[in-house]
Amino acid sequence: MTNPDLKTLPEMVLVDDEPVFNEPWEAQAFAMVIDLHQKGAFTWTEWANALSTQIHGSETRDYYQHWLHALESLVAEKQLTSTEALLNKKAQWHEAASKTPHGEPIEL
Amino acid sequence: MLMHSHDDDDHSHMTDIEARVRALESLLSEKGYIDSAAVDNIVQTYEKKIGPQNGAQVVAKAWTDEAYNAWLREDATAAIHSLGYTSRQGEHMVAVFNSTDTHHLIVCTLCSCYPWSVLGLPPTWYKSPPYRSRAVIEPRAVLAEFGLEIPTSKKIEVHDSTAEIRYLVIPERPKNTDSLGESELAQLVTRNSMIGTAVIDPVEPAS
Repeated sequence: MTNPDLKTLPEMVLVDDEPVFNEPWEAQAFAMVIDLHQKGAFTWTEWANALSTQIHGSETRDYYQHWLHALESLVAEKQLTSTEALLNKKAQWHEAASKTPHGEPIEL
Repeated sequence: MLMHSHDDDDHSHMTDIEARVRALESLLSEKGYIDSAAVDNIVQTYEKKIGPQNGAQVVAKAWTDEAYNAWLREDATAAIHSLGYTSRQGEHMVAVFNSTDTHHLIVCTLCSCYPWSVLGLPPTWYKSPPYRSRAVIEPRAVLAEFGLEIPTSKKIEVHDSTAEIRYLVIPERPKNTDSLGESELAQLVTRNSMIGTAVIDPVEPAS
């Protein structure tokens, strides 16, 4: 399994060559991109461009929020899924969480 | 006896960002574009800055420094933050101390309800529906499956984490470790021992 060159990413924060995560979802979003890339869903250059587009866009966001937006737009562009399907699925997760008493597993 | 710290009218919470990440994860794995085990592996490979080594430092300090131990019991959030392990979500930390008569175990319904500033990201089994439901109902049987037999004379307390409160188990210090320093002790502390699904292996007496 080849690891992509993280240094090619715009504004990537690395300490000792490792990315720095502040919250679990950031690591999760990061890892999904690496897995998709390693399974051939997109090239590393395509990913760097998608991320760059977000970072250099008009919105001010934290780095991994840009990362998540870039991932959502690239999977839609590659037709792995659609923006509409993502919104629907997100609503389902919110609904499932709100209906789930604490102590029981959240399932869709 | 089972004591279950549980708030009955508390339903599960999910932030908008967590829901978006979950939506991506479930859609992409349903279609086979990613697989959850591979994603977990990648996280573990890359994540060096936050992980169980942080919690191990807290445990080793609690074992060797009485004042720190007392502070941890009194105000775990501040005591843990003092070592530089902070989270931006601002949740409250509670340290629960294993003893000769009580064993502590932590569980939660959401993967986000995990003391990740001290333990990193949760292992896959921690997020699995069987663990999340059974740990509360039959903790002794669950622990047995982890290879941990708790004598019936010992009480098990199960702590259900919430978005606001995360628990850290402080395991018992193994015997024959009086000569070890804080950093050597920290190396004995495993992730599962801080969740409560393991205890720390006994140390052979120095010959």
